[in-house]
Amino acid sequence: MTGIVDIVYAEYNYWIYVTLMMIGFYAMIAKKNLIKKIIGANIFQTAIFLFYISLADITGGTAPILVGGHGGEHVEHAADVIYTNPVPHVLILTAIVVSVSTTAVALALIIRIYNEYGSLDEDVILAARKSLQPEFSEYARQKDVAEVNHQ
Amino acid sequence: MIWILDITMLFFLVVCAIAAISIKDLLSAIIILSAYSLIMAVVWVEMHSVDVGFTEAAVGAGITTVLFIATLARTEGRSED
Repeated sequence: MTGIVDIVYAEYNYWIYVTLMMIGFYAMIAKKNLIKKIIGANIFQTAIFLFYISLADITGGTAPILVGGHGGEHVEHAADVIYTNPVPHVLILTAIVVSVSTTAVALALIIRIYNEYGSLDEDVILAARKSLQPEFSEYARQKDVAEVNHQ
Repeated sequence: MIWILDITMLFFLVVCAIAAISIKDLLSAIIILSAYSLIMAVVWVEMHSVDVGFTEAAVGAGITTVLFIATLARTEGRSED
């Protein structure tokens, strides 16, 4: 029994990361509003980042910046310093930038969808698509007009 | 790692995540998401990951919020769920 308590206590970062990931996943699946889905995706992404940063941390470690690297007075202790692992930090630094890019593309698509259907609600958009079948999109209508003009 | 600060921040993280997805007003949800990102940045700096921490504070809490609010200005600010 103490084994379970030890695991829950010692690795609480991982439990929080799984909880946040499931909150984001729930929002992506169950919420009808498109902006809510993007918020869920953001929470999901940051939860994975939290996992990687927790992985890199070492008990008693310090930030991966060279101690005494600038010729200070503590150079003689530089070999004793424990650093946290900087490799996951670099990975996540890249992933944050990718995350912002995907969010920006998704929001641009949302603006386009709103201009087309006048709503951000998934059910309203699907109903509008169904009622306007088979040629529902702005592009198809413009193509129709162009073909009629051509004839 | 200061464990009491860590646990407090992680608790607020979960509270902010649940609030951000359950609130109906989208502007409030976005601002809560921004607070979530900022708390996440504090957690990372506290775990000695300073470069990722201030990138998240600038990009995650800053630019993402601006993008969301710009989208909100062009669409509607109310959600049904």
